[in-house]
Amino acid sequence: MKKDKLSIIANRKTKSMVEKTAAMIFCGCSVVSIVSVVFITAFMFYKGVPTFFEVGFGEILFSTDWAPTASDPSYGILYIILTSIIGVTMAVILAVPIGILTAVNLAEIAKPKTRGLVKGAVELLAGIPSIVYGMIGYMVLNPWMYKLEKLIYSGDSSHTFTGGANLLSAVIVLAIMILPTLINITETALQAVPDDFRKSSYALGASKMQTIFKVVLPTAKTGIASAIVLGVGRAIGEAMAICVVAGNVVNFPWPFNSVRFLTTAIVTDMKYATGTHMSVLYAIALVLFVFIMVINIILTTIIKKGDLHD
Amino acid sequence: MKKLLTGALVLMLALGVTGCSSDDSESGDDTAAVSGTVTMNGSTSMEDLVESIIETLASTNPELTISCEYTGSSSGTAAAIEGTANIGNASRNLKDEELETLTENIVAYDGIAVIVSADMDASGIDLSMDDLAAIYKGEITNWSEVGGEDMAIVVIGRDSASGTRGAFEEIVGVEDECAYGQEIESTGAVIGKVTETEGAIGYVSLNVVADYEDVQALSLDGAEASSENISNGTYLLFRPFVMATVGTIEEQSEAVQFIFDFISSEDGQAIISTLGLISAE
Repeated sequence: MKKDKLSIIANRKTKSMVEKTAAMIFCGCSVVSIVSVVFITAFMFYKGVPTFFEVGFGEILFSTDWAPTASDPSYGILYIILTSIIGVTMAVILAVPIGILTAVNLAEIAKPKTRGLVKGAVELLAGIPSIVYGMIGYMVLNPWMYKLEKLIYSGDSSHTFTGGANLLSAVIVLAIMILPTLINITETALQAVPDDFRKSSYALGASKMQTIFKVVLPTAKTGIASAIVLGVGRAIGEAMAICVVAGNVVNFPWPFNSVRFLTTAIVTDMKYATGTHMSVLYAIALVLFVFIMVINIILTTIIKKGDLHD
Repeated sequence: MKKLLTGALVLMLALGVTGCSSDDSESGDDTAAVSGTVTMNGSTSMEDLVESIIETLASTNPELTISCEYTGSSSGTAAAIEGTANIGNASRNLKDEELETLTENIVAYDGIAVIVSADMDASGIDLSMDDLAAIYKGEITNWSEVGGEDMAIVVIGRDSASGTRGAFEEIVGVEDECAYGQEIESTGAVIGKVTETEGAIGYVSLNVVADYEDVQALSLDGAEASSENISNGTYLLFRPFVMATVGTIEEQSEAVQFIFDFISSEDGQAIISTLGLISAE
């Protein structure tokens, strides 16, 4: 290959050709992503919506009786929806303070040596496959949880013992899994706060902690909000890890109950479901899809608002 | 002479390709090797049986490829109905809607063992069928209520695709009434859970219990879980192993028919009794 042959400055013809080709390649790439999204969305609605009319909206969304393989099947997923909402909310409540304070430490306080160490740990945490989280939860967390369960419910004959596979186990695993997302995005938001703000705060006589909590964090609130929303998104879509630790029985999401999430409901049944049962799984997928859509809309709104204010 | 030989060879080849259409019931020790592929899908309880059959046939029939996925009885029958598997393995009787398309070929009977961890002192435990039903419904929640140690019972069950679960719930009479602590997706995983969780109770295929030292099978109504007791009618927890096909066995491919012939042959029956299963003959 000779250099001058390829140079786009060589003459106008090659230049315009290179420009056109590049533009076409970019356009093609965008079309692929857009077509994927449109196709998946259309397919979800095409498969999911008829089920709601066939079985009945109330029958699916507001009934708690999930017995798809019974001779007289019922497809109520209210407990499953509640489990996903409550489980994810609890995980976020648990993870947000840890995540944000870690990020504050990284961005504002830590010495370079510590920062390198913590950063490495967080990146590693993000890289661990979800099934590994599930395995560790199964081998370590579940036995601990069972000890706790026996302490709390000893002598209570109305409680169904789960051996530690319960909502709390799933919540803890989810919380750890969304930490990297929270930490990384929050840290970026904190670093984007102009140094003038901090200096002005110090000049007014504020201490370091006052500066962090009264000036830096409020300024970065848009970024922190998007970190939280992304964390929620990740937690809602997680299936593999919690499939192993949550016990997989459809129950009301009390902390020590064995539970089934929207994602694990699909994973558990899709390998053998037929007929209406399969359609209902598509309906569950649609519910999940709508959740994620709503979260994304919230995210975009937050970011837009932030742009207006700042 | 050469021409004759070639002619004979051609004739033999032609016969070999089109397949002998004589109605000799081939037995497993017939040396005529069969070629073709057979795919199976289904019960995790039937893994030992199917793998033994595959191993035995693979050594004598290099041209025959048999593969099996172990996904659960309902997945197996669904695969057979959809045509993604030649044989759907189910460790329970077929349901009415499955029988519309499938033929129920029972190849053996197998017990369902009620298992606890081997670390547990089960000497004092005297379990009746009603006790078992009460445990699975969540009415009995401590081992001390059935003569065991003072320990909470963790009720382990299978996911709803499982034939073992279907058969167990039907025989014990707890269909759709079970208060499971956990629902597990395979036979092996149930054994793992029962081993690791103190006070756990689970149900698995009887023929796999012997492979694991960490679990023990409980007696029911005073009868030990064994193939003798199933045959003499004292141990009531058992179900059929079904290899379901679309249409009758005679309508299947030569390779599939060969597998069924092998199972009913002496060698096949020997495998069944070695695994502690009860012959369906």
